[in-house]
Amino acid sequence: MARPLLSRARPVWTRRLVRTGLFLVLMLYVVFMAFPLFWLVLTSFKTQGEVVMATSFWPQGLHWANYRDALFTQGIFQSVKNSLKVSLVAALATLAVAAPAAYVTARRGGLVEKLFRGWILATQTFPHILIIVPLFIILAGLSLTNTHTGLSLVYVVANLPFVLWMLFGYVRSVPVELEEAAAVDGASGTQILIHILIPLMIPGLVATGMYAFITAWNEFFFALVLLKEPELLTIQVNLARFRGVEGFVRWGPLAAGSVLATLPALAVFAFVQRGLIAGLMAGSLKQ
Amino acid sequence: MHGKARTGPSLWLLIPAVLPILLLSVIPLLQGMSLGFTDYRLGPREPQFTGLDNYQYMLTDYKFWSSFKTGAIWAVAVTAGEIILGLGLALLLNAGLPLQGLARVLILIPWAMPPVVKGLVWRMVYHPTVGLLNRTLIQLGLLETPINWLGDYTWTLPAAIVVGIWAGLPLASVMLLAALQTIPQELKEAAALDGANGWGQFWHVVLPLLVPVIVALSTIELIWNFNSFGLIYVLTEGGPGDTTRLPMLYAYEEGFRYGNLGYAAALGNVMVLAMLVLIYFYVRRSSREVA
Repeated sequence: MARPLLSRARPVWTRRLVRTGLFLVLMLYVVFMAFPLFWLVLTSFKTQGEVVMATSFWPQGLHWANYRDALFTQGIFQSVKNSLKVSLVAALATLAVAAPAAYVTARRGGLVEKLFRGWILATQTFPHILIIVPLFIILAGLSLTNTHTGLSLVYVVANLPFVLWMLFGYVRSVPVELEEAAAVDGASGTQILIHILIPLMIPGLVATGMYAFITAWNEFFFALVLLKEPELLTIQVNLARFRGVEGFVRWGPLAAGSVLATLPALAVFAFVQRGLIAGLMAGSLKQ
Repeated sequence: MHGKARTGPSLWLLIPAVLPILLLSVIPLLQGMSLGFTDYRLGPREPQFTGLDNYQYMLTDYKFWSSFKTGAIWAVAVTAGEIILGLGLALLLNAGLPLQGLARVLILIPWAMPPVVKGLVWRMVYHPTVGLLNRTLIQLGLLETPINWLGDYTWTLPAAIVVGIWAGLPLASVMLLAALQTIPQELKEAAALDGANGWGQFWHVVLPLLVPVIVALSTIELIWNFNSFGLIYVLTEGGPGDTTRLPMLYAYEEGFRYGNLGYAAALGNVMVLAMLVLIYFYVRRSSREVA
């Protein structure tokens, strides 16, 4: 009878005290994690005077001019369009090339899977500096540096490791018996992929595609090196430049631009986070 | 027919993925590594093979040593912080406390923020006059004169490490939470019947079961953090002086600001080497501890 003994040793009020303490620690964590974004949103509605004089924590009113300023004076509108284009093309193209490969790899296993997993691990170990120089030369040879096509191509390859990783898991979650039945009826691999596997994998493809979109949207290093033309810059590079003018910082528009750069990522993330965590876990399962 | 069904679908379907991987990942990576043995510079001149000259120069390059030292401190401190604080957070998120569901979503926010914005928002928080940190500390009476967190030789690296931990905490705690949730309740109950209290249960039952996840997570985080670029580039640009110049920042400056692409690639090669050595010892040691 260990249990009653234990609970007598720890009266209800001590347990309540401990739980209240734990709850407070959890709230501290939440504030630490969420506060910077919250404060960024508040700052995006303040006038320059409000920020510099630090008169109040809350903005005096909703100073939407910061957003207008960021979008049109700082060229954020153009770079949002650029980022949308590059990220969307990259996400769709990654799915298109990854789905057949994930299908073959997950179903065959063996050496093919070992090679893919080896490559995926290698891409995580090698610093980007090693790949960017030759990539730059290759893209220059194709006249693709300083173009959105070139950057999208780079993002396809940069997205492939985790997209393949996630799709391995999703393919395995589809029972193989359906494919075998279709194969007996004479369907080819491509037909099975298009008519059986892809329709069943739609939720996984959507979640993975959205994550690929966000990765491209958030990416900074490749865009920094590959794009030079101001009208071509992605939102991340534009924002980093915006900060680059030292001395006088226009806090409100900078915060507004940062909020605009975060919103798509945040929206997509809220939508896919459950599937994402499950997918990351599923991809690490081997047959 | 049956043989075909057993070996799986045709290998031709791999081509759309393998082609870009070979052309834009594997081949450039091999080329990049070999560029590290040349004197390649931006410009029309063809690169010359120079053997180990780059590495010989590196031995006397003060900036090389300082950036790798900074990179090691940064990677170890950020990874340790992520794992320790992430473990605490994961346990709290699994304890059935009020608002648990909301907390699980809110702590993911930094994960969704672009690295550039992460850097920008913390620049604002740390700003000497406008920043929230100094204002709060002064109002609370904990500080008399403002500290220039990102301009001060002693404070900048610790301040940057806090940001690194903040940025990496969501992934670490989510992974650890997922691992915690796979531990069967019966195991903990059995330990409780044996008289183990909360701490004893954690130390002898829960933690050993988390070790594989912790080893995997800290290995990949060490690599990612050692190679990280965007956040620090925006936060400090490596300054003041060399205090936060991570290896990637140094290699980027050498390659794209000064045009020494061969030397930048050589720095990349040494980064890979350093990581491989670290992983080798780390994985060997942690697998011995598990056994």
